[in-house]
Amino acid sequence: MGQVVLKGINKFFDSVHAVKDVNLQIRDKEFVVFVGPSGCGKTTTLRMIAGLEAISSGDISIDGNVVNELAPMDRDIAMVFQNYALYPHMSVYDNMAFGLKMRKFEKSEIDKRVLEAADILGIGELLKRRPRQLSGGQRQRVALGRAIVRHPRVFLFDEPLSNLDAKLRVQMRVELKKLHLRLGTTAIYVTHDQVEAMTLGDRVVVMKDGVVQQVGEPLELYNQPANKFVAGFIGSPAMNFAAVTVTEANGSLIAENSGLRIKLPDETAQRLRGHIGREVMLGVRPEDLTVAGSVDLGHPCFDAVIEVVEQLGSEILLDMKVGESIMVASIEPTARVRVGDKLRVAMRPSRLHVFDAQTEGAI
Amino acid sequence: MIEGARWRKWIFFYVPMALFLLFLLFPFYWMVITSVRPDGELYRPWNSINYNPFWTWKPTWDHVSYLFEETLFASWLWNTTFIALASTAISLVCGVFAGYALSRLNFPFAGSLGTGIFITYLVPQTLLFIPLAEIIRNYRLGDTPWSLILTYPTFLIPFCTWLMMGYFKAVPKELEECARIDGASRWQAMLYIVIPVAIPGILSAGIFAFTLSWNEFIYALVFLSSPEQKTVPVGVTSELIRGDVFYWGPLMAGALLGSIPVAIAYSFFVEHYVAGLTGSVKG
Repeated sequence: MGQVVLKGINKFFDSVHAVKDVNLQIRDKEFVVFVGPSGCGKTTTLRMIAGLEAISSGDISIDGNVVNELAPMDRDIAMVFQNYALYPHMSVYDNMAFGLKMRKFEKSEIDKRVLEAADILGIGELLKRRPRQLSGGQRQRVALGRAIVRHPRVFLFDEPLSNLDAKLRVQMRVELKKLHLRLGTTAIYVTHDQVEAMTLGDRVVVMKDGVVQQVGEPLELYNQPANKFVAGFIGSPAMNFAAVTVTEANGSLIAENSGLRIKLPDETAQRLRGHIGREVMLGVRPEDLTVAGSVDLGHPCFDAVIEVVEQLGSEILLDMKVGESIMVASIEPTARVRVGDKLRVAMRPSRLHVFDAQTEGAI
Repeated sequence: MIEGARWRKWIFFYVPMALFLLFLLFPFYWMVITSVRPDGELYRPWNSINYNPFWTWKPTWDHVSYLFEETLFASWLWNTTFIALASTAISLVCGVFAGYALSRLNFPFAGSLGTGIFITYLVPQTLLFIPLAEIIRNYRLGDTPWSLILTYPTFLIPFCTWLMMGYFKAVPKELEECARIDGASRWQAMLYIVIPVAIPGILSAGIFAFTLSWNEFIYALVFLSSPEQKTVPVGVTSELIRGDVFYWGPLMAGALLGSIPVAIAYSFFVEHYVAGLTGSVKG
């Protein structure tokens, strides 16, 4: 079992309010990812769960027991650190066995567990080496091995992949996912990389300035972001935003600004009835923009001038000037476009997002 | 290779290096040569025909045997070793614990306490020996090795503490946190993880402390009076300079033999010691 409940967690560093009233229920066997820009309080929250940081107010419970006052060693958790924190003076075997030795396990049991973990992670040949003789990826595996030999109730990961190069990071990400499926231990994972969050998490917690912005499954965050921050943070390239004023003409709603004038689709218009005459933030993802064909599908369209063309092979990213602002579109790799071209760009009507200009919450 | 790089290397590297080496090693050479030259050569006037202070064709062990047979040099050597080892051990234990506490435990006034300890190191020994003499007298420790073993830590502990503070700060905090999650208490985390990782730093502090107490002069001069209790630096200077007569041969032999243990300590630990100074603990 490994159910973790955070109830009204706050953390102050002197006068800085680093974590603000976090409430979260993490189910047994769940993989939860905390994601957000640096300084958003995600690592602090993780460290509070680990017991490395005292809680200013609130309760953390693991399997129903409040652990606020428990020392890290008594919480039955294992943690993987960003810099791996391998003990440099011990062999790989001793690194992995350390936690078990501290807990006075039988020698045979330690041996069995270390070999088993080494087998899972494919580091059986490295057991006699010292950490400094290992590559980054191997160190990462040893750090993972040290966590899994303990069979803890909860795994905590603090940006474990950020010290690896891009290729290895992708590979380790897949392995982590497999490992979680195999072990089924509850995992709490902190990262600033939204791709890691989306691919690894059963649920993702987006944080900013110590406040939880949204908790949800990856696609839920992508499709229904709760506010402008989540919309801009999740997805790559980031969502395009345009400040527009909503007006009514001939019974339909129009959103316009200096370079943009589009008729809002009915579904969006419904939600904006109360905002006529006011400014709202329109959001559309690059992948929901297409080059408008000759056939008019009735999609909202606007004119744009191409400023930069980025060929990625699988897609083309266009940086376009729309009125005064820049928008990015991701289009078919077969499209023939050049810098300076004037384009008519269409938006998928069902994929339009609108946010309140003041509160930035989704409308 | 760039044109002229070879002579540049000679001028800017080898020649200054050679001068530097000469400057550093000459005193040792002077010590060695003086301690093996017979008295007849040593006291020959500078304007005599066969005057040659830099070399001898008749090396002799006379001065060394004089040192061991006519003076208490062997006991001075033993006293110095014992005192240096004991005071180093005391200072290292205190310095390691104090350094750990000051760098890792967040307690009120930790910073100002650290500065306070450093300030005590700055009080000159030439001032401190006066009140210390009073204390030594009150505890009746005068003329015993304990008068030095217990007073050397007054400057060795602040020194070790500061060196260790810096070193412990360079040990990643995550190592200890990880150990504590792994099931180690704070004490165990320090014992099994932080201290082993800090061994190079501890060795550096130990070597420095050993050297400082080995060479210490003022306290030894003030607190010890009988010849058989003296340390090498004091013994050699007080017993081999009689009035205005300098026994140069035995003096230099004593200085040479007195510097050998320190040289051995340095070269033996040099690898760890350099690593300690550069603070490389990267896993």
